[in-house]
Amino acid sequence: MKEFQYVIQDPIGLHARPAGLLVKQAGAFQSKVTVSSGGKSADARKLIMLMSLGIKQGMEVSCQIEGEDEEAAAEALEKFFRENL
Amino acid sequence: MEKYIGKSVLKGIAVGRIYWYQKQDYRIVKTPVSDTDAELGRFKQAVETAQVQLSNLYDEAVVNVGEDHAMIFDIHRMMLEDDDYLEAINSEIKDGTNAEYAVEMAQNQFAELFASMDDEYMKARAADIKDISQRVIRILMGVAEDGIPTDEPVILVADDLTPSETIKMDKNKILAFVTLRGSSNSHTAILARSMNLPALVNTGMKPVEEWNGKVGVVDGFNGEFLVDPGEELLDEMIQRKNQWVADLEALEQLRGKENVTGDGRRVEIYANIGNVSDAEAALQADAGGIGLFRSEFLYLGRDSFPTEEEQYASYKAVLEKMEGRKVIIRTLDIGADKKVDYFNLDEEENPALGYRAIRICLERPEIFITQLRAIYRASAYGKAAIMFPMIVSVAEVRRIKEIVEQVKTDLQTMGYSLGEVELGIMVETPAAALISEELAKEVDFFSIGTNDLTQYTLAVDRQNQKLESTCDTHHPAVLKLIEMTVNNAHKAGIWAGICGELAADTDLTETFLDMGVDELSVSASAILKVRKAVRDIASN
Repeated sequence: MKEFQYVIQDPIGLHARPAGLLVKQAGAFQSKVTVSSGGKSADARKLIMLMSLGIKQGMEVSCQIEGEDEEAAAEALEKFFRENL
Repeated sequence: MEKYIGKSVLKGIAVGRIYWYQKQDYRIVKTPVSDTDAELGRFKQAVETAQVQLSNLYDEAVVNVGEDHAMIFDIHRMMLEDDDYLEAINSEIKDGTNAEYAVEMAQNQFAELFASMDDEYMKARAADIKDISQRVIRILMGVAEDGIPTDEPVILVADDLTPSETIKMDKNKILAFVTLRGSSNSHTAILARSMNLPALVNTGMKPVEEWNGKVGVVDGFNGEFLVDPGEELLDEMIQRKNQWVADLEALEQLRGKENVTGDGRRVEIYANIGNVSDAEAALQADAGGIGLFRSEFLYLGRDSFPTEEEQYASYKAVLEKMEGRKVIIRTLDIGADKKVDYFNLDEEENPALGYRAIRICLERPEIFITQLRAIYRASAYGKAAIMFPMIVSVAEVRRIKEIVEQVKTDLQTMGYSLGEVELGIMVETPAAALISEELAKEVDFFSIGTNDLTQYTLAVDRQNQKLESTCDTHHPAVLKLIEMTVNNAHKAGIWAGICGELAADTDLTETFLDMGVDELSVSASAILKVRKAVRDIASN
């Protein structure tokens, strides 16, 4: 399993647009991707649960990736967070 | 006549017949289904049809309101692909429930999830869940989308409108929106603004069937909705409407035009903004740059200092959005009058004359340095400038410049590439205006803050309503200080602008140009109005 932490920089947090992009990004890999923040977690392929985490600017997010392509997935997702959030 | 008050979204006037848009009552009842496989297939088919409708809506919206606003339909499409949502419906159908009822149950469950969140943005997403669910239910029941039945354009009165209802309405048939609920953040409000239609939200009124076809007036200037006004009032409102339309058309002609007088004098017209999303409005309003980016939004409404990274992200976002146009960031302007607990400021008898703005920054440099580092790091992404508020002495400016040099050196040592950043000061105290000759030798520009300059010059508290008549913003003392400041700037070879409310006062535009003011920074909505005032100045 791979894991990384990231502090959200985007002024409006994980709003609909980046959440939608994250779902697409996570869907491109076989691995299961779990996003956790503030004691709650959601499958990164599920847009509604992801948005309902209510992740705001300044909050730390932990991303866990588990599966055959976890190396590549972790790398791509960390890049995605840095560039979009 | 009946009169209702609402929150105005756009300053405009509409006069026309009222159409009360009522959602069709589908009366969904739970009916047992024996062939659950067929029912699952029917639901799957309906979702596929909905997806096709949504991508068509997206294409339509891109053309009508632009890609940013159209994005919502792409999000709807993704919500309709959401496993949890689909699974909730499928499992209900497998238990022998009809698809319509199963969708409605999932709608209520997931809308509640968002409605119960403590974030305004997320609360509003409940409307999106309802919107996608209603779309699927309509398809399942074979009901067409509601439209406006008349050919004549109407004032549309509704409970609240979903994004797809708003976009689906034929624009040529709508004069204005009036909704019972909704906020200025609702989709109706956002779309009304982008369509330039007057709109009132949150009116709290109870429409009745009899309103249909009656004459109504939406007055966005006063936030009023009139039902069946008398002939006299109607005539007056029609005249005001015609005036508004004519003014608007005249201003629209000026989009993309230069800020130049009849005798060839030029002035920059920039926008004042208070957060990242205002930058988009500034661009749409044809601003030449940002003349005042108030950084307070980063500090207010939270319980700890914003980090360098958070600030950097906000400054960078605005600089990139403005694509090389100048963005003047004003450093922290907070004091005892603004409640920010984590600053631990003491209560003060007289906050306007107290411990605020640059005075805090110079005594608590760690706060100041964090902000400066964030701005300088962002400076690589556009044309940043910084200005410092509440200056009264040359010594303050020299101290600021020392700190700035240190910040730059530190960042360069760490390998950051920095842009060229102009440094300026706000001239908003009589002291700064009176020593502007000395101050001008220290900085790259002046920006005159007329709100504070007026209050400090006339010894009039801006918040005190009893003093409103004493607070003469055209007072010769204030104008003399402005002129003195501009002259001293030019003598030292630097530029001077005005960023207070006075900058948008078109009675003074000619006076300011005669003084040689180089830049006027006004709210986005006033840009074309000021441009018009500039262009109306003939050669003298």
